[in-house]
Amino acid sequence: MLEISELYKSYEHQPLLKGISFSVGPGETVCLLGASGSGKSTLLRIVAGLETPEAGRLCWDGEDLAPVPAYRRGFGLVFQDYALFPHLNVFENVAFGLKMQNLPSGTIKLRVTNALEQVNLSGFEGRDVTDLSGGEQQRVALARALAPRPRLLMFDEPLGALDRNLRERLIDELRRILHTSRIPAIYVTHDQEEAFSLADRVLLLHEGQIVRDGTPAEVWREPGSAWAANFLETGNIFEGVLRPDGVVESPWGALRLPCRHPHKPGDRVSLLLRPAGARVLSAEKADGRKAEDEANSLVGRVADVVFRQDRFKVTLTNGLYFYLAEAPQPGAEIHLEIPPSAIQCLA
Amino acid sequence: MRDSLPWLAPLFFLGLFFFYPLAHILWIGLAPAALKDLAPAAFSLVGRTLLFTFYQAALSTLLTLALGLPAAFLFARYDFHGKGWLRALTAIPFMLPTVVVAAGFSAFLGPRGWLNLGLMDLFRLQVPPIVFVGTFGAILLAHVFYNTTIVIRLVGNALAHLDPHLEQAARSLGADDRRVLDRVTLPLLRPSILAASLLVFIFDFTSFGVILLLGGPAFSTLEVEIYKQAVQFFNLPLAGLLSLIQLLCTLAFSVIYSRVVIGTTVTTLPRSADSNLHKVRRPGEKVFAGAMIVLLLVTFLLPLVSLPVRSLTHLEADRGQRGAVQYGLTTDYYAELFVNRNDSVFYVPPFRAVGNSLGYAAATVLLSLLLGFPAASALARPGRLDRLIDPVLMLPLGASAVTLGLGFIVSFNRPPLALVASPALVPLAHTLIALPFVIRSLQPALASIPDRLRQAAASLGASPRRVWQTVDWPIVARATLSAAVFAFTISLGEFGATSLVVRPEYPTLPIAIARFLSQPGGMNYGQAMAMATILMLVCGVGIAVIERLRLPGAGEF
Repeated sequence: MLEISELYKSYEHQPLLKGISFSVGPGETVCLLGASGSGKSTLLRIVAGLETPEAGRLCWDGEDLAPVPAYRRGFGLVFQDYALFPHLNVFENVAFGLKMQNLPSGTIKLRVTNALEQVNLSGFEGRDVTDLSGGEQQRVALARALAPRPRLLMFDEPLGALDRNLRERLIDELRRILHTSRIPAIYVTHDQEEAFSLADRVLLLHEGQIVRDGTPAEVWREPGSAWAANFLETGNIFEGVLRPDGVVESPWGALRLPCRHPHKPGDRVSLLLRPAGARVLSAEKADGRKAEDEANSLVGRVADVVFRQDRFKVTLTNGLYFYLAEAPQPGAEIHLEIPPSAIQCLA
Repeated sequence: MRDSLPWLAPLFFLGLFFFYPLAHILWIGLAPAALKDLAPAAFSLVGRTLLFTFYQAALSTLLTLALGLPAAFLFARYDFHGKGWLRALTAIPFMLPTVVVAAGFSAFLGPRGWLNLGLMDLFRLQVPPIVFVGTFGAILLAHVFYNTTIVIRLVGNALAHLDPHLEQAARSLGADDRRVLDRVTLPLLRPSILAASLLVFIFDFTSFGVILLLGGPAFSTLEVEIYKQAVQFFNLPLAGLLSLIQLLCTLAFSVIYSRVVIGTTVTTLPRSADSNLHKVRRPGEKVFAGAMIVLLLVTFLLPLVSLPVRSLTHLEADRGQRGAVQYGLTTDYYAELFVNRNDSVFYVPPFRAVGNSLGYAAATVLLSLLLGFPAASALARPGRLDRLIDPVLMLPLGASAVTLGLGFIVSFNRPPLALVASPALVPLAHTLIALPFVIRSLQPALASIPDRLRQAAASLGASPRRVWQTVDWPIVARATLSAAVFAFTISLGEFGATSLVVRPEYPTLPIAIARFLSQPGGMNYGQAMAMATILMLVCGVGIAVIERLRLPGAGEF
């Protein structure tokens, strides 16, 4: 397994990676999710051995990787721009790594055929790589990385240049290949859909540090920080002040916190209000409810309604948005009841 | 058919001053009577000359690659202080007249160069210790000096635009540095290396001034032999035959070159050149970069600096080896240019040559712009005739200068066009050589103005005259100036054709420099240095102006 501890790297005198530590277990797919410029690709290149860190340790099964040059690490790398060798055809591209291992030509032929089969490109051996479509080129790049049976596979935004439909198909294929081959993988992306559908574990990279580490479900459920909640577009994020009765006074109304929280009365609290689950009430019902309990009910004017397949994204004039089953009229005033489960505290 | 009118003038010019003389050479060189008269010795001379031309060109090309490839690597991969400056330095020789380059090497390593004179003085030697001028090595070194920039530009460009991910992918697939170079980098660079080699080979193959001035009488390429046969032995049939061979060779090379250039476009992706750059860090890189920088500085700076320095320093007696030796800085060589001495070479003040050259250059600028403008504006508009006429207009590029000169003297030596006796042949020959460059400078600028711009200006209320004033002219003016400077610089430095068609009483600067270089005596040599320095400065200014005016993204070569 790969262990990375306390990695530091700066770029043009600006710190880029500030103490990165994580590990990749056997057969595990880890997705590094972060905004562009967060240092994800640099981290990947350091693991590949193409760049050297300023401080920190990289180990594979306990062996220090610092003295091992890139070409001896046995880590496969797949780029966003495919980086297929334009002077070689499909077969020669896939065979490149095998030739570097000086394997007999019979073995090479067999393994190229297998690798191309894995990525559904059987029969493409003689094709010119420049004649292939983007999706086919990325499959060849994947086959090329798979063929030498790397100890670890690394992906640098491999699907970024492809259109949405193709991307979803390739994600499915990639997940199947990674699961059947049991090759551990680090997958770098800024697209949370890609990360969530591929990863066994998601790492959120922000300002040179890993701010969240967990399964996709854990990370989605508990983004942890306001930055993460915002980056993952989990919902509305705002601040309020905690009252002694456990209700937070926010600019948009009073909201009751879920039972467990570490805050004291008078604290400023960051809140995440999930857009799903809110119930629309008629004006009378809302008044009746408000008489009972003034918390968790909101009033707002509809600014915008956007159709989202199975629901509507409704944005209010105060900036909050909700997913509702029925589309209200733009300009109408609506009353909403917020379920306690839609409210979360953030660090 | 009104579209074809602008063609008429340039095509008529080419017909009369290019194709007609060429046909004439063909006729002379292939006339059965003439061939019969040639002695068998002449054929063995042709064979030897052809062999030597190929041999020196091939060897020069190899040496140019040996310096150019690592230099291309240095410029494409590393970022260091003074890089732009060093790169510009390596590009200067390519645009300098051959006589200036020959004078520069002579000032540096020649028998009267500062190095030899200094060593002789230091060790009290009677003969120059370094024998350089008149050796095969001088030819090779001058060719390397001239053409390394081609390799740096073509291969360096390809290298800088190579996707860095390709090499990284190879590394992650288990290729070490050597195998990355062997299996990925070099194969991807092959088309650009091939194109650069061919171009360098063509230039070395047709080289004239360098061989004549630095190689001395012992070495004769096709180009030099044409000149010798025509001017020294008046053996026009043999000169014609040699010209014919020369033409066929350059034509074949040009065809191969254009095939190769078509092949270069597929391999590299357009991407920012900066992503491949990095600072010199590892010890190995430091040794490589340091050694290359020193080597390039010595190769390119010393000959260029030697010339002006030598033109301003006394290192030997002015006349005769036994005169009083004077040392130190002097402006005597420049002052002497204005003096008419009985024993001087021309019986007129040598400075007249500057005036002649400027006059020829002005005429060349005027004529080539007059012919180039209609041709370029017609080429800028897409039409069916372009594909045919564009290569025709570029043909003079492929013919060697000496062949053009020979064509002139065999074609215009009797009425109605008895031009040989008039100085008019010189600007005509220069125009022929400059015209392709003028058209290539004007055409992209004229083509770069989309009709939408003119329509936009018109829709905003500009009259056709105002449209031309506000849209066309500002864009065309730069290109026109650049084309004019191109023609001017070419005319100033032209040596091959001029050496055949020039009237002895109206010498140009390069002709005068060459004659002074071949004369004995320190004062003659000093004057050659002074005139070559003047020529270098004027051409240097011209090159700088052209570089400043260059349209962004306009191609090289």
